[in-house]
Formats: sequence, structure tokens, C-alpha cells
Amino acid sequence: MKLLTHNMLTSNIIKGVTKGFPLGIQPSRVEVQEVDFNPDFITRILPKLDWPALRQAATEVGHGDGLPEALPESVDGDEGLQKMLHNILLQVEVLEGELVCPETGRKFPIQNGIPNMLLNETEVS
Amino acid sequence: MAARFGRGMGDAWKRYLFHFANDHFDFKLAELKSLATTVGCKLRVQEENYDKECPFLELQLQSEEDGKLLMQRSTLGRSLYELVAEGRTFAELCDNLQKLPESQRTVSCNESFRIQVEGFNKRLNQAAKVERIEALLESSLKFDGKVNLKQPDHSFHLLEYYGHEGTRPPDQPYWLYFGRWVADGQREKIRQFHLQKRHFIGNTRSLLVACAHHGAYVMGTDIDYMLLHAKARPSRHNQKRREKDESIRANLRQYGLESQYLDVLVADASQHTLWRSQPMFDAIITDPPYGIREPTLKIGTDNPKASIPDDCKDNHHPQRLRYHLSDIFRDLLNFAARFLKMNGRLVYWLPVYRPDYSEANIPQHPCLQMVANCEQTLNTTISRRLITMEKIAEHQEQLSKEGATVEVDHYEDKSFRERYFRANRTIIAEQEAANNS
Repeated sequence: MKLLTHNMLTSNIIKGVTKGFPLGIQPSRVEVQEVDFNPDFITRILPKLDWPALRQAATEVGHGDGLPEALPESVDGDEGLQKMLHNILLQVEVLEGELVCPETGRKFPIQNGIPNMLLNETEVS
Repeated sequence: MAARFGRGMGDAWKRYLFHFANDHFDFKLAELKSLATTVGCKLRVQEENYDKECPFLELQLQSEEDGKLLMQRSTLGRSLYELVAEGRTFAELCDNLQKLPESQRTVSCNESFRIQVEGFNKRLNQAAKVERIEALLESSLKFDGKVNLKQPDHSFHLLEYYGHEGTRPPDQPYWLYFGRWVADGQREKIRQFHLQKRHFIGNTRSLLVACAHHGAYVMGTDIDYMLLHAKARPSRHNQKRREKDESIRANLRQYGLESQYLDVLVADASQHTLWRSQPMFDAIITDPPYGIREPTLKIGTDNPKASIPDDCKDNHHPQRLRYHLSDIFRDLLNFAARFLKMNGRLVYWLPVYRPDYSEANIPQHPCLQMVANCEQTLNTTISRRLITMEKIAEHQEQLSKEGATVEVDHYEDKSFRERYFRANRTIIAEQEAANNS
């Protein structure tokens, strides 16, 4: 699971949960896998991100060093920052671990890099 | 000396001939229009006279570059020609060629050329072809260059149309075109991405490969844990177990597209609150499960008091409910309205029992506008329609309270599944029999 994906996921699927974002991450195996650098994609995805959630997630998986507290409005021309974003959004991957619902503590396993967001039939809203 | 053919004329419109593959009739014009938007070129087509079973379509473009861009993305386009002249008879064609200024029918002595003759719905023998080439050169063309059959500077084509494929061809063609070849389409891609060459086969999941090829970053969900973890029963005939690397990711890696891979999730696509409320996607492309191979399921229970004992929770496989087809489509449209970016597109297959089908069966949503509706017939009674919709309005809870609606529910009648799937099973059985023989 990449942190870009994490930035989009909530646990509001659980019956009664309304503040299921951001999910906590309890990683047991994290890897950095090289992905082609595409500055256009970074620029386009930026306004769609929840920055505090991304920063928190990067810290939880051990890649939060050097990330600014707030994101500048534009990252055009700042290749250093673009590459840093590229790395935490697309290259850092949680291969094994758990996602945690911030409201109920319900855990969702990540195995082989694939999060399992299925609930049991008694938990669905 | 610069070529006389194909010289850019600023923004002036110029006539071209689009030669389609003789396949997927309903998709041809839709693909062409969609590609024009994608590559950002202006296109003029006379739709009134459009005959979808004719492989030739005259169109106007503003530059040859635009034509090349179109062909770089077209899978249904075979070739694109600059249309030099046309006619109802060979004599009329020659006449029209002669009326052109000499500069438009000249190949200078230091350029090479070739002329190819091709009949549609009629095979022309070599003698007939040579006869026509000689007549053209003699009467109408000023080709002083050398003939080069393998790598000419200019390739000219005389295309003769003898009616729809399978009809009885007349002695003389209905129409003749003379054009200069500009570019070929991407028919080769079909072979490159053929199922038999792919490590991993999963219906919806295969769509991701095509999207990634065209530069999309792809993400998908499936309710089937076993499938995403390559533990499901294989779809391939004569294979006992899925290979360990049979994953979507391995599939993209096979084509050098791993950088386009974002993630796959095991999730129930009917649960929209899984996603943070933020329009994120440029396109949503899906082949929803119709119950032919995959049962249509979602997580849930009919028993309101159901509970799972604590000691079973870890290994519990959630109970799944049958998911009504109409609800799948309504959910899908509601999802698209919410999570597509403005002008983003939703593309999905709609299975259809042909005798009962009408346009009122297509689900609608106030935020989505239908762009294309292309039928692929599977047999005389069933087909599937590829529906393309574009997001035209921001999603607002209040305004679209009702969300997606269907005027006439194509799937309400319980016998739909029965009739559709019976017809389809017959086709699958026939295909399997053919594969085995």
C-alpha cells in the first residue's frame, strides 16, 4: 500500500463511524520501491491531498523526516520538494502491517502490500 | 525538393480518408471522436451519411500531424490517408484527378512511390490491379519518381468499395478512393495485449493494463481476497493453480508498466464511504460482475441480530448478499458522481437482452451525461453495451438526493438473468468446445 492510497481511505464503512480518517498505520514491513518520476502527476495530485494525514502517515512508517508542516501552494520548479513528495506518495510502500480505525480501533490487515478493507456482515452500516 | 503531398496549410481544413478495421461497428465513430478530444485535434465528420458497416469514412482535419496523433491511439482505425480524389466509377475518379492542379498529383523525379490497389468485399486479382495502376499513371498522375515497393517516400492507395462484407459484390465498385497513406493505427496492440500472453487473467483487472499503457495511474478494488492474492481458481483453461506472480502488479511489470501501478484493495465496491470525500479520479472503468463467472455479491446479512463469536472473528469469511444488477449500476453512477473529477469519465459494460432493450434502460444521474453507447452483439438475443458518461456538474448532496435513476428497469423481470445467462452459457460452451478442438 502506497501512502497516496492511504490518503484516500477511511473506515467510515464501519457502522456508526463518522470520523474514520486518517487511518492509523502500524507497519511491520516497509520498503521503498523505485517508480518513474513524473512531476506533472505530483503537481496535479497535490490539491487533492490531505497534507496533515499524509505527513502523519509518513511519520508512522518512518519516512516523515524533513517534511514541511504546511505545503506551499505551488511546488512548480522546486524539484527537491517534488522528489520528496514523489518518494512518500509513490515509492514508500507498506507491505505488511495494519491500518487502524481512529474511532473504534478496528484493525484492517495489510498483507503482501494489499490492504483488506472488508468488514464482517455484522459491522457494515 | 519538398514533397508536394501533405504540406501543412496552416489551419485550413483538409480531406482525409479513415480506413477502419472491419470490426466493432458501433464503436468506430465513438472511438474516433473520443480520441479527437484526447489528443486535442479538431475533426469534421459528416454524420448524416455515416454507414457504420462501411470501413471508409471521409473526414476533415487541420493538419497531418493531427491525423498521426489520432492513429497513434486508435485501435479500430487501420490506416489514414490523405484523400486525393474519389469517384463513383473508375472513369469518374480519373476525371476528378485530372481536374486537380498538377502540383497535387505529382511525384517529382527524386522521390519514390508505390501504388497499391485494394478491394473491400471483393478480391481483386493481380492483373486487374496492374491494369488500374497503369491506367492511373497514364491518364491522371504525373509520377516521375522511381517505383519503390518496400520503402517508398509516398505510398498511394486505390481503395474500391463493393458493399458491406458478406453481401454479394457488384461487378463494378460502388465507390473508389485514391489517397496518400499517412499513418497506420494500433491494430498490433491487440496482439501485444492478447489474453494468452498475459500472466494474470481477471476480467475487470485486465482493463487496468490498457489504461496503464496509455499513461494512467491505476488503482482497483475487488471483493475477492483470494483473487487479488493469486489464490483463486485460475481462469485459464487447463491450469490447476495460479502462479505465485500472477498478480495485477506482475501483469503490469510484464509490460514495463509497473510505475503506473498505485494499489489494489480487497474491498466491497458498494461501500462508498471507504473513500475520503474528494473527487480524485479522472476515469472509472469497470466491467461489473454479472454473475456469469463471478457471482454478484456484497457484504451484508439479512439477519439484523447476527453476531460472530469473538473466537471466530479472525478467520471469519464475511457473509455476502446477492447484489441486484440494477442496484450495482445505480451505485456505480452514484460513486462516479461523487469521486470523478469534473469532466472525468465513467465507462462500463451493460448486459442487454436485446428484444427488451430500450434507451430508457440506461441508468441516469443529474451529474452525468452520456457520451457514447456502443453495442457489441454476442448473439441474436443478447449483447453488451459499453456506456460512457461524463461528469458535467459538481456533486451536491441536496441536488442529487435521489441520485442515479433508471426509467425502465431492464433487470426487474426475474427471468432476465435466466434468459441472458442461458444464452451466454451457450456461447461460452461453444467457445470452450472450439478451444479444445
